[in-house]
Amino acid sequence: MSARRGWAWLWLFLGFLYFFIPLLGTFIFSLHGKRGVLSFAAYHRVFADPLFIETFTFSLQMAILTIIVGLCLIIPTVIWIHLRAPWAKPVVETFSLLPFVIPPIVLVFGLIRMYSAPPFQLVSSRLLLVAGYVVLSFPYIYRSVDAGLRAIDLRGLTEAAQSLGAGWGTIMFKVVLPNMRVSLLSAAFLTFSIVIGELTLAVMLAWPAFGPYMALVGRDLAYEPAALAILSFLLTWGLIGLIQFASRRLAGSALGGTH
Amino acid sequence: MAFLELNGVVKRFGRNAVVDGFSLAVREGEFVSFLGGSGCGKTTTLRMIAGFETPTEGTIHISGTDVSGLAPNKRGVGMVFQNYALFPNMTVRRNIAFGLKVAKWRPAEIKARIEEMLALIHMEELGDRYPHQMSGGQQQRASLARALAVKPKVLLLDEPLSALDAKIRAMLRTEIRAIQQKTGITTIYVTHDQEEALSLSDRIVVMQSGRIEQVGTPFEIYNHPATPFVASFIGNLNILEAAVVDPALGLLSVEGQEVRAAGPIGGSGRIKLSLRPEMLSLNDGVPGANSLNGTLSTIVFLGSIVRLGIRIGSRELSLDRFNAPHLALPDVGSSVTISFPREACLVSELDSSAETRDSAIGKAV
Repeated sequence: MSARRGWAWLWLFLGFLYFFIPLLGTFIFSLHGKRGVLSFAAYHRVFADPLFIETFTFSLQMAILTIIVGLCLIIPTVIWIHLRAPWAKPVVETFSLLPFVIPPIVLVFGLIRMYSAPPFQLVSSRLLLVAGYVVLSFPYIYRSVDAGLRAIDLRGLTEAAQSLGAGWGTIMFKVVLPNMRVSLLSAAFLTFSIVIGELTLAVMLAWPAFGPYMALVGRDLAYEPAALAILSFLLTWGLIGLIQFASRRLAGSALGGTH
Repeated sequence: MAFLELNGVVKRFGRNAVVDGFSLAVREGEFVSFLGGSGCGKTTTLRMIAGFETPTEGTIHISGTDVSGLAPNKRGVGMVFQNYALFPNMTVRRNIAFGLKVAKWRPAEIKARIEEMLALIHMEELGDRYPHQMSGGQQQRASLARALAVKPKVLLLDEPLSALDAKIRAMLRTEIRAIQQKTGITTIYVTHDQEEALSLSDRIVVMQSGRIEQVGTPFEIYNHPATPFVASFIGNLNILEAAVVDPALGLLSVEGQEVRAAGPIGGSGRIKLSLRPEMLSLNDGVPGANSLNGTLSTIVFLGSIVRLGIRIGSRELSLDRFNAPHLALPDVGSSVTISFPREACLVSELDSSAETRDSAIGKAV
């Protein structure tokens, strides 16, 4: 028994090293921004670069727009499928996998061809970028929303609310959405991390986004990309931590009783 | 016009008629149960009254208004679900307040109504609990309070007790009836449990394959079943095949022994004789009553009653008697005589469909 447990710990430790050593290496490297001493100089330079703030703000805005558009589009669709068209579930599930199969470069060329001439001249519009991001984040949003709806008795809750006189607006905002907070949160964070790091769409549609900025910095500088990598890593971990924290807190107060 | 009226209601899914020609008039304040096996259309009928399903044909009126095409939230119908369907993100108080807020009651009125409802279901202490912090029975009581809070015209209960254990079920059953009588609300109760239907209802609608088999008081349904299905579905039933000896005198032959029914018999040849287990008694040579000789084959202790299995020829009959501390029963394998009054004989035609149902009932007994 103890021998087996020993092996388990060994494998866990090796796995940990596998992920942690490159990260540690990158972190130590990022501290060499000043010759001869360990310092946060590279980080200072990253934050001091006006392009960093500019591109990050741009991508942040795009991420928020993508989250809003994506959720507004997908939540009603998935609810409708759950309640009225369960037969459509496999079809939509297949569709939701397409962004994994079709490379972003193909998607972006399609978008450019389609929307660069009248009647739809949208290539220079941010709308097209957001639309593309919605497609890329569709699998993540769809899966999160779907899982959230599976976890509640959607039909029972909507019927109970209807029999109490509620219309669809009340049902959505007072009953359905509050009971899906955790899954909506995870959909939002996943979308956020995809959009923040996205490269292909932003480059091809020529937007000053954070992804292309990171690529540019990586090509031209030495220590700053390492600092950026660590920063984006911390950001992602922070978000995952937030999801965990939120799910534990909300599960305690609201979602434990869905059986 | 009755308070709740269903006229020739039909519901088809594709070609399949799940509810077929359902007509019923319910008086204000009446407690009516829809009773039947699974797939008999009882829940679909209830859902049509609630507005969650639209009738293919026919109309539904609630207090004189045709609601057949009305959305569920416009019907003034309260509903209690089998799995409670309490809003998990709200406390009991907020669950009860939900419908009141939708109906735009004033805050002070809402507060008073919540307390009134909590008192009605004896849960004053649990108002601030979330659904997952309560037992199934408490959740169902909260769900009942939530449905009643908005003062609906009709209360619909869809198998509300079937997810609960036996003791809570019996307790809550009494409570539901008491609350219904206190509030005087017109109630439709869907169940597959005959004991529930018999103990709660003013009237019972027995359904099979989307059709009404019989509508009547629990007493009528149990003692005067209108169809063989009702006879076999309600209560336990011993079913025997008998040969008609003299139709005019009501004389039958069961496994070579003579039995006499209370009146003349319509059929001839072979017929079906049904006897309720509680109508049979052991070794009571009552003059004027029927008696059959057989062998005691099993004794099953069921708490308040003891069920004896008695073999008569090729058939096994069940006989129920009350349990008592000094109950003396014959040994298994000994010869016994059972007797029953002539009025206990339920005679019906022997048809093929009845036989298949009987075999199912036989297993259930």
